[in-house]
Amino acid sequence: MSNTRKLTMAQAIAEGIGQEMQSDDTVFVLGEDIGRYGGIFGATGGLLDRFGPDRIMDTPISETAFIGTATGAAAAGMRPIAELMFVDFFGVCMDQIYNHLAKNTYMAGGHIKLPVVLTTAIGGGYNDAAQHSQCLYATFAHMPGLKVVVPSNAYDAKGLMIQAIRDDNPVLFMYHKGIMGLPWMAYFEGSSNEVPEAAYTIPFGQARVAREGSDVTIVTLSQMVQKALLAAEELVAERISVEVIDLRTLVPLDREAVLRSVRKTGRLLVADEDYLGFGLTGEIAAIVAENLDTVQLKAPVKRVAVPNVPIPYSRPLERFVIPQVGSLVAAVRELMTASVRQPLEA
Amino acid sequence: MQAGKEAELWMYEKMLEIRHFEETMATVYLEGKLPPHIQKGLAFDIGSGPVPGEMHLAAGQEPVAVGVCAHLKQTDTVVGTHRPHHFAIAKGVPLGRMAAEMFGKATGLGKGKGGHMHLFDPVNRFSCSGIIGASLPPACGAALAAKKLGKDWVAVAFFGEGAANQGAVHESLNLAALWKLPVIFVCEDNKWAISVPKSSATSIEWVADRAAGYGMPGIKVATNDAMAVYEAAGPAVQRARRGEGPSLIEVKTDRYLGHFQGDPEVYRPKDEVANLRKNDPIPRMASHLKLQGYMSDTEEAKLVALARRRVADAFEFARNSPDPEPQDALQDVFV
Repeated sequence: MSNTRKLTMAQAIAEGIGQEMQSDDTVFVLGEDIGRYGGIFGATGGLLDRFGPDRIMDTPISETAFIGTATGAAAAGMRPIAELMFVDFFGVCMDQIYNHLAKNTYMAGGHIKLPVVLTTAIGGGYNDAAQHSQCLYATFAHMPGLKVVVPSNAYDAKGLMIQAIRDDNPVLFMYHKGIMGLPWMAYFEGSSNEVPEAAYTIPFGQARVAREGSDVTIVTLSQMVQKALLAAEELVAERISVEVIDLRTLVPLDREAVLRSVRKTGRLLVADEDYLGFGLTGEIAAIVAENLDTVQLKAPVKRVAVPNVPIPYSRPLERFVIPQVGSLVAAVRELMTASVRQPLEA
Repeated sequence: MQAGKEAELWMYEKMLEIRHFEETMATVYLEGKLPPHIQKGLAFDIGSGPVPGEMHLAAGQEPVAVGVCAHLKQTDTVVGTHRPHHFAIAKGVPLGRMAAEMFGKATGLGKGKGGHMHLFDPVNRFSCSGIIGASLPPACGAALAAKKLGKDWVAVAFFGEGAANQGAVHESLNLAALWKLPVIFVCEDNKWAISVPKSSATSIEWVADRAAGYGMPGIKVATNDAMAVYEAAGPAVQRARRGEGPSLIEVKTDRYLGHFQGDPEVYRPKDEVANLRKNDPIPRMASHLKLQGYMSDTEEAKLVALARRRVADAFEFARNSPDPEPQDALQDVFV
């Protein structure tokens, strides 16, 4: 067992990348402001000094070119990590991501490996408005060919990052700004935790029970895990026992973990910072609906997510559309008083 | 093309207004963002205070905005960048509603929905975007509309030297030249794309040299000077109005502040800004105006006081305006 110390999620990610760069010469990082700046959100902090500009490459503002370059370099034997500064910027380079990085392996009949990690910052909560606050993980999970990793804390982030780098497939690694532990942005302190010094991996497709409970299951991910844990704590006073499932990865998705928990509690709240429509909340609800032969619900499934509007700038507007701890508490209370219709007589 | 007294005084007045707006915002922006009023352990909290979120200020870059906009009419279109205030002010966007937008108020240009990177004023035909390189395509569109409607309107797209390596920039340059669109592309080279200097990001020294490859004039302005920009922009605007097609102008300008407020600027040499400020275009223009006999000391004091009052009024209007109602967030997705 190696020593542990408390790290922020940004530090944990940078440490994971550094350890893989140390042990594998084919790993390198390219992106905007990842060198001297250490990444706008700190995901490559300190790496330039250790590995130099040949392996920590600041790029021009040319996402199509450098993400496509990562794909090409991966096909030729490298293991690039490319950083898209904000996920919202996917619009300028989506063709290279979804028509090439995500599809080439399949179109080549599995004869091409593309071990690219595409890192990107997600999420709002600090009033950065519609072009810098989205989550969009469901957009990427919707399209076949990308593994999608969305950690909620430092320990998971390091293990999942090392797993991502060692994976022979494209992995989109999405970190929420409000849990990175940056010195210039408020964050949920539960996201900073004990992280082993040695390298380790966390397998994809294994959700984590972030808190055990018996009355209601909250299925969630990323920063919303931290909000859900606070909501669960608040509900203890009302003698409501909440179980929190942290999905950790969307592709692959741990369907069994969702079903296992809902079979136990009979009540499901899906909490999400992405858009409500056509997204994660609907996907999780569908998994339960498809398994009602083995799941007995005590209340209809409830979903909390961003109503289908862009993220507004103004604080009261943003707080209204992004689910808060209070919205989760209210939704759980509603679940506790709701009931399902009895089955019709045959 | 000499500007002359009226245009020069207008440019000076607008530069004062821009500088004072940006410096006021730099101070106001810090309200509520520093210890001890924020989460323990933080040095700064970007999401706190009356003006939260990112804030990109343009102090030092005033000449680019006023030198170009001095040639424009209200019916001409300007599309700015993520650092948009100087363009907006030079294009005539009302200061009060602009400031109110930054305070997230219901009286703001976008009812608080857009914020400082997303200012839309259809009356004065101004817009901007937080996405790098995104100003050029809609400027082409405004120019195409003018052509189809038979108007002599022109459109201006401002973009930074960092944006010059975006696909949207290159695609737009070709499209505009191909269709002879009445558009002027203005690259403001402030040397820094956040932390990456131009020399590390762009294969050539002058973006304007790329104009030849697209079949349009490329004009270089080597000094951060409003009159030099004015002289360069005049022929380009006239060419566009005559229906002869687009031009690409590049101006070497200076960024006095961080990429965003709160930027630790670890990448920037310590004395760089102090040296840049020695060549501040605003006092230089004041000296020129006095030398020409266009402005006395008394008139200068009046203009400075006027700029301060306009900015103070705008911030007061913004602060005193009401917040939007939370459920207003659900409106305006469609009209």
